[in-house]
Amino acid sequence: MPHEHEHPSPDDDLIPDDVQSLEDSPHFSRRDFITGTSAVSAGLLASQWFSPIARTLAADDPAAVGANGLPTGAETMALKLRINGAEQSLEIDPRVTLLDALRERLNLTGTKKGCDHGQCGSCTVLVNGRRVNACLTLALTCEGEEITTIEGLARGDELHPVQAAFIKHDGFQCGYCTPGQICSAVACIKEGHAKDDAQIREWMSGNICRCGAYNGIVNAIKEARDHQVA
Amino acid sequence: MHPFTYTRATDTDTALKGLSGGPAAKLLGGGTNLIDLMKMGVETPSRLVDITRLDLAKVEELPDGKGVRIGALVRNSDLAEHPLIVERYPVLSQALLAGASPQLRNMATTGGNLLQRTRCYYFYDPAFTQCNKRVPGSGCGAVGGYNRIHAILGQSEACIATHPSDMCVAMAALDAVVRVQGPKGEREIPFAEFHRLPGEHPEHETNLQPDEIITAVDLPAAPWAKTSHYLKVRDRASYAFALVSVAAALEVVDGKIKTARVALGGVAHKPWRSKEAEETLVGEQPGEAIFKTAAGAALKHAKGYKYNEFKIELAKRSVVRALTNVTAA
Ligand SMILES: Cc1cc2nc3c(=O)[nH]c(=O)nc-3n(C[C@H](O)[C@H](O)[C@H](O)COP(=O)(O)OP(=O)(O)OC[C@H]3O[C@@H](n4cnc5c(N)ncnc54)[C@H](O)[C@@H]3O)c2cc1C
Ligand code: SF4
Ligand code: FES
Ligand code: FES
Repeated sequence: MPHEHEHPSPDDDLIPDDVQSLEDSPHFSRRDFITGTSAVSAGLLASQWFSPIARTLAADDPAAVGANGLPTGAETMALKLRINGAEQSLEIDPRVTLLDALRERLNLTGTKKGCDHGQCGSCTVLVNGRRVNACLTLALTCEGEEITTIEGLARGDELHPVQAAFIKHDGFQCGYCTPGQICSAVACIKEGHAKDDAQIREWMSGNICRCGAYNGIVNAIKEARDHQVA
Repeated sequence: MHPFTYTRATDTDTALKGLSGGPAAKLLGGGTNLIDLMKMGVETPSRLVDITRLDLAKVEELPDGKGVRIGALVRNSDLAEHPLIVERYPVLSQALLAGASPQLRNMATTGGNLLQRTRCYYFYDPAFTQCNKRVPGSGCGAVGGYNRIHAILGQSEACIATHPSDMCVAMAALDAVVRVQGPKGEREIPFAEFHRLPGEHPEHETNLQPDEIITAVDLPAAPWAKTSHYLKVRDRASYAFALVSVAAALEVVDGKIKTARVALGGVAHKPWRSKEAEETLVGEQPGEAIFKTAAGAALKHAKGYKYNEFKIELAKRSVVRALTNVTAA
């Protein structure tokens, strides 16, 4: 049913000036649009990176929300995940993303939900050491893989060198993008894509920082790169 | 998101069996496009067949120097940095690295990239009632609406959407061949025939059948591809789709162009190979004058709309710049 949508357009080709033009488009249902964005102003279309955070999977289809806040309707499946070295057993609806499984089921809320559409990088985690967007990864596809989240980087009380460097260089302001930035940075260094400022900027472009802490982030990554024993 | 059942295919045959139940079944690659569209309610499969564990993630040399075979499950990041691609087909490596983000490239597969759908705003958001691609017969919201990112070549009244892939533009220039398997066996689809123009049926985007799986993409041997380049023009320096892009290759022998390849992205419903530009270039001495003529030939039949008129001049300049970069390399 085309009218029952729950999201603003996530289209990342939109630039701020595009918003008005789109609203002026023929056959644009402003009413649907606004109900669809939880009564948040349609102007949020412009803030494509951080649209309403409370958009959990359940919000996608209110008719299909179960008591646990997660969708019902499809058969649940048993799933074993290895997260930060520990095995976790879950019974989940196939629609649950890795991001929602972490946050809503396993209480690992360090990984953040920004856009929920692959456009901001705040949900970045490591799967077998590779950085991925947990919001576009179905949890079921991760069976048997080694998942590392921001909670799994430190060794006891000793911060991971990238975490320590972010603190030292003010690699954040509000901190919302930071877990994703740090996981992404760990992989960026390991991949060998942290040669110089330009390369770091390009290879960290999948992580948007609304506060614009980019200079601190680049400096932190350079320091961690040089000090990392891995 | 509509409910679906999830199964994991262990080999190509189980994947095909999973698809055989009709159009309600979909294969799941990296999920970077499909899961996104399922969240939006644009795609509503009731069965997902996870193919990421299939043994199709290798890049191999074909026998007798015939080229390179790329498995359908090779991730975009692995393909971009594979030595065979970096050395022999730099245009493809550059195109891949210009696409999406490192995280998304780690997830995105070769097969999924071929089948990614348009980023047309009206298509992507069911709050818009008009979209012939999403709801055949409903009209096109973009033709009379906001069409800054839309097509200038090969479009129809029914649809002016573009194909958003970078990888595919390079593959079009390289004369790639898509290998597919279905209930009736294997077949090969030349790249130029893989994606379709919108015509009256923009909902039919490729010539792949719903019961077929892509198994590989073959790149024929192409010594000329060593001197090739991918230029991408976008609203941001990184992590944005192309407004216009150009894959170009030139082989110059004795001061004359012997082989030329020009393909454009962001301008049409499919990666746009310009034979007109290539024919203009062959036999000529490389230089700005002939590059401009070639660019003019490529865009000769271009038609803009209210908000994307600028793309015509942008595409011309991009062709000239890409060819200049190739000769400078
Ligand atoms: C924020 C964002 C930015 C992006 N920016 C860019 C960009 O700048 N440039 C660019 O080129 N792309 C970009 N992309 C798109 C990205 O490249 C594609 O989403 C990706 O390549 C799709 O591959 P996938 O494996 O994830 O496909 P999936 O999402 O898994 O699948 C896509 C489709 O292909 C089908 N499919 C998958 N594999 C096969 C197979 N082997 N045989 C038959 N059918 C199959 C699926 O059923 C589905 O219909 C971006 C995406 C996002 C989310
Ligand atoms: S351009 Fe194509 S995809 Fe976009 S609204 Fe028109 S028909 Fe739909
Ligand atoms: S939450 Fe924005 S990329 Fe996943
Ligand atoms: S978004 Fe606030 S620190 Fe990056």
